[in-house]
Amino acid sequence: MLFLLIRRGLRQHLASTAVAVLLVALGLGLVVSVWVVRAEAEQSFTRSAAGFDAVLGARGSKLQLVLNGLFHQEASPGNITAEDYRQVKALPMVDRAIPIAVGDNFHGVRIVGVDEGFFQDLEYAPGHAYAVEPGGRPFTFGRQEAVVGSLAARQLGWTVGTTFHPFHGLDYNPAAQHDEVFTVVGRLAPTNSPADRVIWVPLEGVQRMGGHDPAAFSELSAVLIRFKPEAKAAGLMLDTRYNRKGERLTLAWPVASILADLFAKFSWFEDALRALAYLVAVVAGAAVFSSVYSSMSARRRDLAILRALGAHRGFLIAAVLGESAGIGLLGCALGFGLYAAIAATVQEILRTRIGVLLEPWAWNPVLVWGPLLMFGLSLAAGALPAWRAYRLSVAEGLSPLS
Amino acid sequence: MDPTPALIIRDLLKSYPAPGRGRTVVLRIPRFELEAGQQAAIRGESGLGKTTLMHIIAGILEPDSGFVEVGGSELTGLSESRRDRFRAERLGYVFQTFNLLQGLSALENVMLGLAFGKGADPGAAMAALERVGLASRARYLPRQLSTGQQQRVAVARALANRPCLILADEPTGNLDAARGRRIVQLLRESAAALGSALLVASHDPEVLASFETVIDLAGLNLVAPHEEEV
Repeated sequence: MLFLLIRRGLRQHLASTAVAVLLVALGLGLVVSVWVVRAEAEQSFTRSAAGFDAVLGARGSKLQLVLNGLFHQEASPGNITAEDYRQVKALPMVDRAIPIAVGDNFHGVRIVGVDEGFFQDLEYAPGHAYAVEPGGRPFTFGRQEAVVGSLAARQLGWTVGTTFHPFHGLDYNPAAQHDEVFTVVGRLAPTNSPADRVIWVPLEGVQRMGGHDPAAFSELSAVLIRFKPEAKAAGLMLDTRYNRKGERLTLAWPVASILADLFAKFSWFEDALRALAYLVAVVAGAAVFSSVYSSMSARRRDLAILRALGAHRGFLIAAVLGESAGIGLLGCALGFGLYAAIAATVQEILRTRIGVLLEPWAWNPVLVWGPLLMFGLSLAAGALPAWRAYRLSVAEGLSPLS
Repeated sequence: MDPTPALIIRDLLKSYPAPGRGRTVVLRIPRFELEAGQQAAIRGESGLGKTTLMHIIAGILEPDSGFVEVGGSELTGLSESRRDRFRAERLGYVFQTFNLLQGLSALENVMLGLAFGKGADPGAAMAALERVGLASRARYLPRQLSTGQQQRVAVARALANRPCLILADEPTGNLDAARGRRIVQLLRESAAALGSALLVASHDPEVLASFETVIDLAGLNLVAPHEEEV
């Protein structure tokens, strides 16, 4: 009977119930989105560093090197020589060193030149190496062939056998088409990393593209470096060598810390979003209070009737708190739906534009304390109306007296 | 017939805070009894304390002093929660304004009469509706029923827990004469069928005329005009 009364009570004031539920949902959706998207974005960016510990490039911004080398964003701060690459590759603490060359695109999709090491058991995540999907093969060095990332293939509609003319520069300019014709020989198996968004070609394919400066034929945009696990001080040693003592190159290391700095730059925005989320949560609490309070006031007589029929005061408290709990529960359920929609949208944007895969349902404490906060706020909002119901005088509630 | 009286009142005193200071005495009843299964009406104009008396008998209000026993159970001295329980299990109450919950169907309203005592039982509630001839309207909301039908639902709710005493406070106050007669007849027949005592408070001459026993509250209640208790 209690649940029937709660259900009917909520339905009797459908408009105010709906507004309160929506506000609770909005509050929860925002709180969870702000916390999870922020934490997940940073973690997924770090995951997308594909296991590389550092990026070596021309003197300049470390962040620019990381974004350019690992996320295929931004421009390269400059080139380094093949000798720089050979030297760093020869260091005993370096496990893998992958040279990359950028500078061309196809309709805005970046073309990245890599050496043969890219397809030789290079893992982008533990236990997952870059691989070409069945029906294709890795490109052959010395030929104008390409392996296309899965997202890029879908975006461009490319399959094995497709041919294309690259365009000069990182941004698409129809007037800057190269004469060379490349053929797609394989599609990279999805990695859920920025590698999915680019077209991979042999290193010299980019270096020796027609129109490029012949002096730069042997130059590279950057070298992606993975240290040997046992070389604990490798980063510090190379940091000293390139960043402190050297003047020509920059070692972007450690990648996670540089990415954390990037996110720190947006902390003001995150703070503003958090403040907004809290504000909406408080407004949601006020809406629940208003809804339950007006419902209780409008049903004062009903509550008095219940008491006259033998309902004890605790039952009235349960009925009123049940309404606010009902609003809280419905709001939380809807809030998770809203969060799922927000997260899916952000996930798709990050995946298609940066190649970073967000995991919105990965464990985060806000997935527990968020709904608890909103449910608690809803319950707290029902406390005063419940107290008024508890204090209700049956005789007065049943007035006018005969 | 159960020899235990349905209602015993002794030396009942009830007052309310008066504007300013002191209290105004509204009821001073030295003695009043109703036998088991007895049916009686209380006559009294508005403001004489009929509803207050009904509320005290129902355990909704507490008297300042005195003794009230219903169906062998002493109400005075019981805690509020035990009076609630008593009201839910042993008493039926019919109000002038029906006091049905507008959001609940006729059947659900009758189930409310059982919910706080013996437990919500759709079968028993439907049986009570059948007793008042409204089984076919069980799913109707109060606003979909006529005033007479609404009062019959209220009667069914009061009868549902098979109470030892049924209180009806101006049960015909919101009905026309014909419907009022039918409701009183229904109350009397139903109470007799269940063996419940019936006490009807009214100032309607037609209602009062239908009872063999009519108690004049003015004669029962020994409150002097403007009596104050400091």
